[in-house]
Amino acid sequence: MAIEVRIPTILRTHTGGNKTVEGSGDTLAALVDDLDAKHPGLKGRLVTEEGKLHRFVNVYVNDEDVRFTGALDTQVKDGDSVTILPAVAGGC
Amino acid sequence: MLRIDRATYDAIVAHAREDHPDEACGVVAGPEGSDRPERFIPMLNAARSPTFYEFDSADLLRLYRDMDDRDEEAVVVYHSHTATEAYPSRTDVSYASEPNAHYVLVSTRHHGERTGLEGDDVEFRSFRIVDGQVSEEDVEVVESYLFGHSPTTVVYD
Repeated sequence: MAIEVRIPTILRTHTGGNKTVEGSGDTLAALVDDLDAKHPGLKGRLVTEEGKLHRFVNVYVNDEDVRFTGALDTQVKDGDSVTILPAVAGGC
Repeated sequence: MLRIDRATYDAIVAHAREDHPDEACGVVAGPEGSDRPERFIPMLNAARSPTFYEFDSADLLRLYRDMDDRDEEAVVVYHSHTATEAYPSRTDVSYASEPNAHYVLVSTRHHGERTGLEGDDVEFRSFRIVDGQVSEEDVEVVESYLFGHSPTTVVYD
C-alpha cells in the first residue's frame, strides 16, 4: 500500500506526464519530501522557502483541504488519497 | 483564438452583471484537448470582493472531480473586473496555472453602482497566460457549435 497523489496538469512536467503518483510518509511534509526524491522539483512548486504551503496550490487529503487540518503537519497513512489542485483566484 | 458560442458568451456577461460590483468567476469546461468551451459553470466568488476572486476550495475539488469524470478540462477560466479594464492584473497572472486555458476577462467598470443602464456594455477579452507571459487573442462568437460558421438562420424544408 501507498498514498496515491493526484497531480494537476501544471505539475505533470515533474512526473513524466503522469496524472497520479505514489508516495509514502507519516505527514504531508514527509510525503512531499518522498515525492520530491522521486520527482525532483515538485516540492519547490508546493512549498515556499519558508517551509509553508504555497498559496497558489490547494492540497486535499481524502477530500479535506489541509489548510483546515494542519497544513504540512497533516497526518497521512497508507491508503489515503491526496489531491493537488492549483488555486483558481485573482483580482484587479 | 477563442471560439465561443453566443449562449455561453451571454451567460458570462450576465454573470458579471449579476455579481457587479463584486467580481464574478467561473469556468467553461469542454472535452479534453478539444478547445471547445461547452459546459458553462458559474462559480461562487468565495472572496465576495470587488477586487479579488477565489473559488471556494471545496467547490474547486468538486469541479475538478466532475470534469475528470467527464474527461473534460477547463477550456475557459473567466472572471470580471468591476473597476478596471478587462486585462489580467499582476495577481491574475501570478495565479494563472493552466497554459491551455483561455483566460477570459470581462469588465463592468463603466457600470458604477448598478448595471443594466443604457450604454453599459461589458468588455469581453481573452488571453493566454503562459509562464507569466500574457498574450491577447481574438474572440470569435459563433451562434452555435452545432452549425459552426453556417448562417444564423437555418431553414429546414
